[in-house]
Amino acid sequence: MFLLADNVWLDAFLRMAIVAVLVPVGVILLTWVERKVIGRLQQRLGPMHVGPYGLLQGLADTIKLMTKEDVRPDSADRPTFELAVFVIVVPVFMAAVAIPFTSDIFVRNMALGLFYFLAVSSLGIVGFVMAGWGSDNKYALLGGVRAGAQLISYEIPLILSAVAVAMLGQSLSLYTLVELQDNTPFIAYQPLAFVIFVIAGLAELYRQPFDIPVAESEVVGGPTVEYSGIRWSMFQMAEFVSLVLISALASLIFLGGWIWPFSADNATWLQIALMATKTSAFILFFMWMRVTVPRLRIDQLMALCWQILLPFAFLQIIINGLVLVYDWPTWTLTILSGAATIAMGTLIYYVSRRSGVLYQTSGAAQRVGSVL
Amino acid sequence: MATTDYTIPGEPDLETIDININVGPQHPATHGVFRMVLTVDGELVTDVDPVIGYMHRGNEKLPENCDYRQVIGYHDRTDYLAQFNTEHCFVEAVEKLTGITPTERSQYIRVILAELNRITSHLMFFGAFSTDVGIFGTAFMYAFRDREYVQDFFEEITGERLMYNYFRPGGLAWDVPDNFRERCTQIIGQINSGLKDLEGLLVDNEIVLTRCRGLSRVSIEDAINWGLSGPLLRATGLEYDLRKAEPYSIYDRFQFDIPTGENGDVYDRLLVRFEEMRQSVRIVEQALADMPDGPIMAEGMKRTLRVPEGEIYMRVEGPRGEYGVYIVATGTDKPYRHKVRGASFSNLSALRAMSVGNYLSDVIIILGSIDIVLCEVDR
Repeated sequence: MFLLADNVWLDAFLRMAIVAVLVPVGVILLTWVERKVIGRLQQRLGPMHVGPYGLLQGLADTIKLMTKEDVRPDSADRPTFELAVFVIVVPVFMAAVAIPFTSDIFVRNMALGLFYFLAVSSLGIVGFVMAGWGSDNKYALLGGVRAGAQLISYEIPLILSAVAVAMLGQSLSLYTLVELQDNTPFIAYQPLAFVIFVIAGLAELYRQPFDIPVAESEVVGGPTVEYSGIRWSMFQMAEFVSLVLISALASLIFLGGWIWPFSADNATWLQIALMATKTSAFILFFMWMRVTVPRLRIDQLMALCWQILLPFAFLQIIINGLVLVYDWPTWTLTILSGAATIAMGTLIYYVSRRSGVLYQTSGAAQRVGSVL
Repeated sequence: MATTDYTIPGEPDLETIDININVGPQHPATHGVFRMVLTVDGELVTDVDPVIGYMHRGNEKLPENCDYRQVIGYHDRTDYLAQFNTEHCFVEAVEKLTGITPTERSQYIRVILAELNRITSHLMFFGAFSTDVGIFGTAFMYAFRDREYVQDFFEEITGERLMYNYFRPGGLAWDVPDNFRERCTQIIGQINSGLKDLEGLLVDNEIVLTRCRGLSRVSIEDAINWGLSGPLLRATGLEYDLRKAEPYSIYDRFQFDIPTGENGDVYDRLLVRFEEMRQSVRIVEQALADMPDGPIMAEGMKRTLRVPEGEIYMRVEGPRGEYGVYIVATGTDKPYRHKVRGASFSNLSALRAMSVGNYLSDVIIILGSIDIVLCEVDR
């Protein structure tokens, strides 16, 4: 590990400054990428007019958002309304501290990095509830309640799948976890945890098919409905940074981060290239999901979380526990976890396509005609 | 509707109130400028209060001061997604009152255009429905790509993209371009391939299945009592299509099936509409094969069209259901009374019964599945 400055504290400060500068710039670029990708998927060109291939569109949008009038509803609860933005953005940046991008590029190499990341990133829920409550808007209130319910619920499978990986690596340090994957990435041992992690991560990012808190056609943007200008762009930034962070975390703990498929002492450029490739693959996958799948209903979302993802996450932990305690060979992990993944996929497929047992609403809500 | 009892034993009583949520007329999920005031108990909708009238333009009264041929334009504006079907209805009504027989060629062209128009209308429905159900624009863009092919074709024929004003009592305003057949065949190919995309993206999607199946079931009796028509009625399982039940124009010459559903739920409405597009393609193919050459306007049409005294109610099967027009003629060149029966209006009147007791997000879908055109509701 090399130091950016001789003094340790100055070094830490410099690293944080780099994060604070690079992240918003990255977000501006990422919005451009997302608009381009979505445009292509929808047979459009995306932004084309500002700069070559619309490259400066993000910059133009940033300037527009920053110079926009700061509107606050008269009846809004001012401290809650204004604080909510910070409560959402700050934890995202705090979580960025724990992510090592290569063996050299990180802010802090924490012994409990995975734990810290999951703990800090769930703080943003409070911000959503605050925004929903403080806006004094019914759409925002509904969206805030939905966000609270959804994000808290999906924290659990997310954390449990991370716990499964931590069990396997016997460590909560992201650095150590990556170094353990120099031969085989953890996805080979934990396909079930990986699938659960991606689904729960998608829900944590409240993107389609889990964009229920901000559903455009139902609650018109949910908690963000009363925010405009720079405040709104903070929501957007938090969303995009979380997108990058969840993608980076998934590539670190499941795809072998900067090491796999090469050796542990890769050159720095190769490490950066590996991480960038893996992270972008996840980001592109999330964007692809965003434009192709419809939205679930709130009770179906909850059913998916509590009735399918959570039991299977526990199953993964039990499998890991058995293998670790009885010292079975590692390939049994692959087989057991793979079989459980197939079982979960079959169950979800069966439920959605064949019967609809788990997703049905109560009978009273279904019958029509009695209300007239 | 009773509110949920939230009291917990041993805890002080919590008073809960239902809140009103306004959806529309400026809400991303409203169709047109429809507005509904929802009373919600958490996520459950306990009451729906539809508010209409934002689009009222007097489309029934204004034609009473117009020459019969000028009225056609008002029918374009009544249902702006099924212009040819509405024009067809009015033109047929006038022809029946006056006793004009339209020429063979014009009849075939009318049917082809009306069926293609049904396809564009249903494509528009699938596009709008996909955004209601939460797809971020992709299915919408795919549906609109196919709709655009047909729209361009209509523009080539009529010179207009939206308000075609092409049918006339006795025939058509002018003949179709020479390459009509080739263009039609080409468009059918494009639609057929586009339908496959749409099926995979929307109709056969697992989440759509999960969301829509079993949602807002309507029985045949309820559907008849509420006056539902079109795909909503057929989704309940009743095989009722005016093109078969009461064949107008030359529909009795074509082979086609009436797709019906089983449960009357939202998903069946989707399937019925999807299958109807395929059946429309079938009709267009048959009509293209049989289409004769010849004049496009009946002989002996006068500059001023005076309709003899009498009254008529003419109805056609529009994409949304029964579209009817009632005309009282007094022997002058203007209708004395002109009344339109819009399918959207009747179907929309069942909205409250269909949606109360469902989740907020489902009410949006139910509204989408009715497929209203607000110009037809408010007129």
